[in-house]
Amino acid sequence: MARVLLFGRFRDLAGWREREMEAATLFDLRTALTREDPDFGAALTGPGVQVAVDQTIMRGDVPLGPRSEVAFLPPMSGG
Amino acid sequence: MITLTEAPFDPGALLTEFSKGRTETGAIATFTGLARAEQGSTASLELEAYPGFTESEIGKIAAEAQERWSLHDLNILHRVGKIAPGDPIVFVATAAGHRRAAFEACDFLMDYLKSRAPFWKKEHGPEGARWVEPSAQDYADRERWG
Repeated sequence: MARVLLFGRFRDLAGWREREMEAATLFDLRTALTREDPDFGAALTGPGVQVAVDQTIMRGDVPLGPRSEVAFLPPMSGG
Repeated sequence: MITLTEAPFDPGALLTEFSKGRTETGAIATFTGLARAEQGSTASLELEAYPGFTESEIGKIAAEAQERWSLHDLNILHRVGKIAPGDPIVFVATAAGHRRAAFEACDFLMDYLKSRAPFWKKEHGPEGARWVEPSAQDYADRERWG
């Protein structure tokens, strides 16, 4: 089970902040999220959105392990 | 040093502490960012971070600044959680042999923190809450550094 974390506006959009989900790859995880909530799935592919797997930014598809931590990060803004 | 804190902080005290015991540092530059009320449209700010990841990402850019400007030291402190208008939200201090390096490194670090550091900012006001994302200006400021 991958641990899925949402930040910023994604939490409001999806209505949750953390969940355990079964997925062999990041692609499978995105597909599952989009199937249950198409609007949220579309938001995950928006401009400036990044994904971190085990706290490292990833591009493209990657395999997920049983204890992977996947974080969906909307555009960042501090200061 | 990179610190995230939910507690209010005193920028003057941070500067005093940061300046102590330096005999070769000719220049310290600091920046303090305050939460704006936006003419009453913002009652409070809420800053969210990704604990662990946020510090390590800032650490990478701090190491870059340290090398690029040969800094003697730096200190970055960023509030998270609820922040009232007028409260300090971010503090950056850079120590270098001479002023140009200290100024430039401080400017560079703030441009990074505004547009690339893992923080998410929500404004709470009389008309509800909204997530704030970097402006085109914030991105342009970041691009100045190549």
